[in-house]
Amino acid sequence: MLAVEVNHVVKSFTDKVAVDDLSFSVAQGEMFGLIGPNGAGKTTTIRMMMDILKPDSGEVTILGEKLNEATKDRLGYLPEERGLYKKLKVLDSIVYLASLKGVDRHSATEKANELLTQTGMSASKNKKIEALSRGMGQIIQFIVTIIHDPQLLILDEPFAGLDPVNTELLKGMLADLRNQGKAVILSTHQMNQVEELCDRILMINNGQGILYGDLREIKARYRGNSVLLDSEGELGEIPGVTGKRTHKDYTELMLDGTTTPQQVLAHLISHGMVINRFEVATPSLNEIFLKEVGKKS
Amino acid sequence: MNKTLLIFRHEFLHMIKRKGFIILTLIVPVLALIGIGVFQLVSTDEPPLVETVTIGYVDEAFGFDQYTTQGYIELVRFDMPGDATAALINGDVSEYFVIPSDYLSTGVINRYTLERQLETPPAIATGIKNFLTSNMLAGKVPPETVYRIEAPLGLVTTRLTETGEVATEQGGYGNVIIPAIFGLLLALSLQAASLYMVEGLGDEKESRLIEVLLSSVSPRQLLTGKVLGLGAAGLVQVVVWLASLPLLLNLASSTIGGFFGTIQLPANFLVLGIVYFILGYLLFAALSAGVGAISSSAREGQPLAMIYALLVFVPLWFASLLFIFPNSPIWTVLTIFPITAPIEVMLRLGVAGIAAWELAVSLAVMVLSIIGALALSVKAFRVYLLMYGKRPSWGEIIRNLRSG
Repeated sequence: MLAVEVNHVVKSFTDKVAVDDLSFSVAQGEMFGLIGPNGAGKTTTIRMMMDILKPDSGEVTILGEKLNEATKDRLGYLPEERGLYKKLKVLDSIVYLASLKGVDRHSATEKANELLTQTGMSASKNKKIEALSRGMGQIIQFIVTIIHDPQLLILDEPFAGLDPVNTELLKGMLADLRNQGKAVILSTHQMNQVEELCDRILMINNGQGILYGDLREIKARYRGNSVLLDSEGELGEIPGVTGKRTHKDYTELMLDGTTTPQQVLAHLISHGMVINRFEVATPSLNEIFLKEVGKKS
Repeated sequence: MNKTLLIFRHEFLHMIKRKGFIILTLIVPVLALIGIGVFQLVSTDEPPLVETVTIGYVDEAFGFDQYTTQGYIELVRFDMPGDATAALINGDVSEYFVIPSDYLSTGVINRYTLERQLETPPAIATGIKNFLTSNMLAGKVPPETVYRIEAPLGLVTTRLTETGEVATEQGGYGNVIIPAIFGLLLALSLQAASLYMVEGLGDEKESRLIEVLLSSVSPRQLLTGKVLGLGAAGLVQVVVWLASLPLLLNLASSTIGGFFGTIQLPANFLVLGIVYFILGYLLFAALSAGVGAISSSAREGQPLAMIYALLVFVPLWFASLLFIFPNSPIWTVLTIFPITAPIEVMLRLGVAGIAAWELAVSLAVMVLSIIGALALSVKAFRVYLLMYGKRPSWGEIIRNLRSG
């Protein structure tokens, strides 16, 4: 059973088409990246998945069925803009919102204490939400998102505003959840996080999907015909290399259409070069993103 | 537990812990107790001695020389106005008056005082009147007749039932006072509840918490839970007020007496008070849920909520007219119109009573209004859930609600 299945979904607002014939699916045990520039339609897509917005046409299936009260209890949602009851205490907030997900008070309190300890927040459990820093508030909201042990997690910009320590903490927890077989959807425009965490991605721009599939395959598809080399000594003439571009710590060698990186490496070794780094140049997701978004616009 | 019940419980507890709610709930019994306590403290001392007031007079009509003690007023005769003026300036008399020689034909009395007054103090005027009356009738009628002429009417009205028995409710201001105070408190409470609801929903929308809530519950569950939670908080408030009323009245009547001894609770007042209080709370909560739905923030919703939160006071604005013209059909309209009904019913219960059919229609209209307002609010909530910008025009709202 797929965790999410979105089929030809369209959503228009008065002044624009926010999502235009979008289709994708997310499997169980998968970390899926939903990426795109601001205003691309990521949040609108998520809101349709959450049944907060109704699509004009198309279908959304969550955990094998149309979203209903029972499926709501099996998914966790962290919206882009965070909010909790400011006057309520941390533990009370978590327990109340967990109870709305069908967790009884006793279990919710137990689990909340466990998660607060895990995130180093147990000292704040009796503080009011308004007394917490923004980052701490975000961690609490993350706890609210996962406390009911959901099968599907939808996280809209989960790392925005987090310091490096909390970012690492969150990444570790997400990896654990994925390893437990949960499906995790990360919507973000922080490409480095997606590159590090996600198995598959959907890149959207102007409401349309422009790249979809396995992240490694996509990156391989965009791989250029060049290698990055950091070596000691004079390079001299290398057969099959049509040009060199010198960077601060390395040199990029452009290969002709018939020469492979392996042939270049063999040539360098045979000439006794000391090689510190030899790497097939692969564009970062950020570069692919900029290229694709730039192309479309 | 059912999710609506969870929201109900959360909203109820949240509401009854609010400072404003606690103050409004406790202020009635606390203020009344303080009032009674202060009266007790003051009244345990010796009653203050009433100082005798000395008033001068010049009798140019001759024949006004008896009955110079009228209660605490002592009358001192002067021969000439000049003597009286000198005594006034010296402080021997607090004021004086002249009975002119043509008094019997004109009735004019000239009064002189050093103080600036809006009008003659009633006790002084009565003292002078009784002094003149007593002197004019002296020797002509028996003294008892003189007293009766001075105070001819001690009107005691008794209301009978249709079977000719003495009615339990005798009417009068003693009957109106509690419903009127209760009506005022109810209006304040409904106004506060409306603003709390708009504020709560506005905050949840503004902080985007609403998206988290709706990832767990439906708009119907959310709004129903909120409306019922607010209604239950209203019930707690009214129970505290109504439960403290008989105790306070007994206490006030036994310690202070006087007017408090005449205060009565109209028949059905307790039952109807509770029923209208709850229905009023539910109606205003449902209306406020609608306002919260079409507003992007608490700040934007509150002025809108003030429209009906002010309408609730309409019966109180016209309360004095109700006392004068208790049978006007306008009161029937205000009894049936759901926003004004709770307060109007309370006032009319104290003044002249309400026909059974009017109560039946009023209650039916209120219940239907609550159901309708809640249904519309749920619909509007869904349509405008994610509207964080400008509030839509009324035309747009109606169009969107029609199209669903």
